Amino acid sequence: MDILKEISEGLQQGDDKKVFASTKQAVEEKIPPEEILDKGLIGGMNVVGKRYKAHEIFLPQVLLAAKAMHAGMDVLEPLFIKEGIPSRGKVVIGSVLGDLHDIGKNLVGIMLTGAGFKVIDLGVNVPPEKFIEIARQEKASVIGMSALLITTMPVMRRVVELLKQQGLDGKIKTVIGGAPVSEEFAQEIGADAFGYDSINAVETVKELITEA
Amino acid sequence: MKNLLQRLKNKEILVSDGSTGTMLMELGLEPGEPPESFNLKRRDLVEKIADLYLSAGTDIIHTNTFGGSPLRLSFYSLEHKTEEINRNAVLSAKKVVKDRAYVSGSCGPSGKFLKPHGDVEPAEMYSSFERQINTLVNTGVDILCVETMTDLREAELAMKAAKTISPSTPLMATMTFNSTPRGFYTMMGVSIEDAVEGLEKFGADIIGSNCGSGIEDMIKTAEEFRKLSKLPLIMQPNAGIPRIVGNKPSYPETPEFMAKRYKEMISLGVSIIGGCCGTTPEHTKAIRKLVDSLQNQS
Repeated sequence: MDILKEISEGLQQGDDKKVFASTKQAVEEKIPPEEILDKGLIGGMNVVGKRYKAHEIFLPQVLLAAKAMHAGMDVLEPLFIKEGIPSRGKVVIGSVLGDLHDIGKNLVGIMLTGAGFKVIDLGVNVPPEKFIEIARQEKASVIGMSALLITTMPVMRRVVELLKQQGLDGKIKTVIGGAPVSEEFAQEIGADAFGYDSINAVETVKELITEA
Repeated sequence: MKNLLQRLKNKEILVSDGSTGTMLMELGLEPGEPPESFNLKRRDLVEKIADLYLSAGTDIIHTNTFGGSPLRLSFYSLEHKTEEINRNAVLSAKKVVKDRAYVSGSCGPSGKFLKPHGDVEPAEMYSSFERQINTLVNTGVDILCVETMTDLREAELAMKAAKTISPSTPLMATMTFNSTPRGFYTMMGVSIEDAVEGLEKFGADIIGSNCGSGIEDMIKTAEEFRKLSKLPLIMQPNAGIPRIVGNKPSYPETPEFMAKRYKEMISLGVSIIGGCCGTTPEHTKAIRKLVDSLQNQS
């Protein structure tokens, strides 16, 4: 079987060992890392994303696929660094202050990494000032915020306000997501975008970076 | 107090309370703060909430221990306080109700995933539930309530701990479903059919659903449960899907609106009706009024 197809299928089955081995084999076969990433790992993850959205599969399968994606990235990442392939941009992500949920945020991180972005994951319970401080330090162009609790959503508003106060709005774009978050809320607080799931989040970040 | 299961067998309809979390937020719970911390620092408020629900006419008070398993408390580095948190919560509830309502020991999800999806071994999760349930039982709950589960394997571990520690304590078990174009499923992909089969097998005396949706979807969920199970059912919907107004969540379903629809739930044969996120003592009052009017008719 075509090795890239094998990687994609391994990922869809959530088989991290298979993905690790096939990705290694693909590298040995001298397939360019970008192609392995694009057609193998991301190809597989896109199928997983679509099936998840269609409710054909559920969170457990997505979690396993994410693990498998990590296994593949472990093989590819050193090559990207060695070959100096420029990343598509830097994104700072985190779950906002008061929110300890990280499943959604982690998936977005994996998908963004897979799509070629440099992701700086600040973890959970991230204060508004920290998002901005790190984004400035790292010269990131996008801040991605996640909230799973309706009570922590106001922190997102605070980040957008702080960016404005510091004259950074437009320079650092904001994208928000999480179960209780909506397009409407993004507009209300003045965030640049809303990502309704991890796949859509990647699309959204791509658009934000092209606009910039 | 009369035997709970006997009352349900006699077709009595019982009222369960509304949300503790929503009330705690009203009373000062900060975003990101665990509701269970109030069992340590503000027991007066935990007791006030229980008292409001009791006065509103609930037959069952759930303890403020939803996130009281050590695995869950470890998110806040409070796992070493597991016994104190759970003991205080039961004592507070008992102090308020004085046998005028059943005290139900609430036991929610660990917040972690079992292997291979996450990194927790089943044995570790079992001992986490065991530790919480031990304290709940030893402090004297009347009922155990394993609730809001999305993973059947996790529900099984909690229920096994409950049945091992106290086989005679009535066990309620609920899962949280979302409506999809393909029917109702939990976040982890458990269908209502699988849930009923599993929860019955693991020894539940009462099964049902809570959280996840407003009353409309909960009625549909109840209908499916009824078709599949002969056990008494408990249904505790949210007061709809919340919206942020200003900096606070606002739930759309009013007590009056919900009470009308609860009537349908009772006609489907649901035995215990209550509420989850966004429901308040006002909702409980409306349910009490409805249940009383129906029971006076018969």
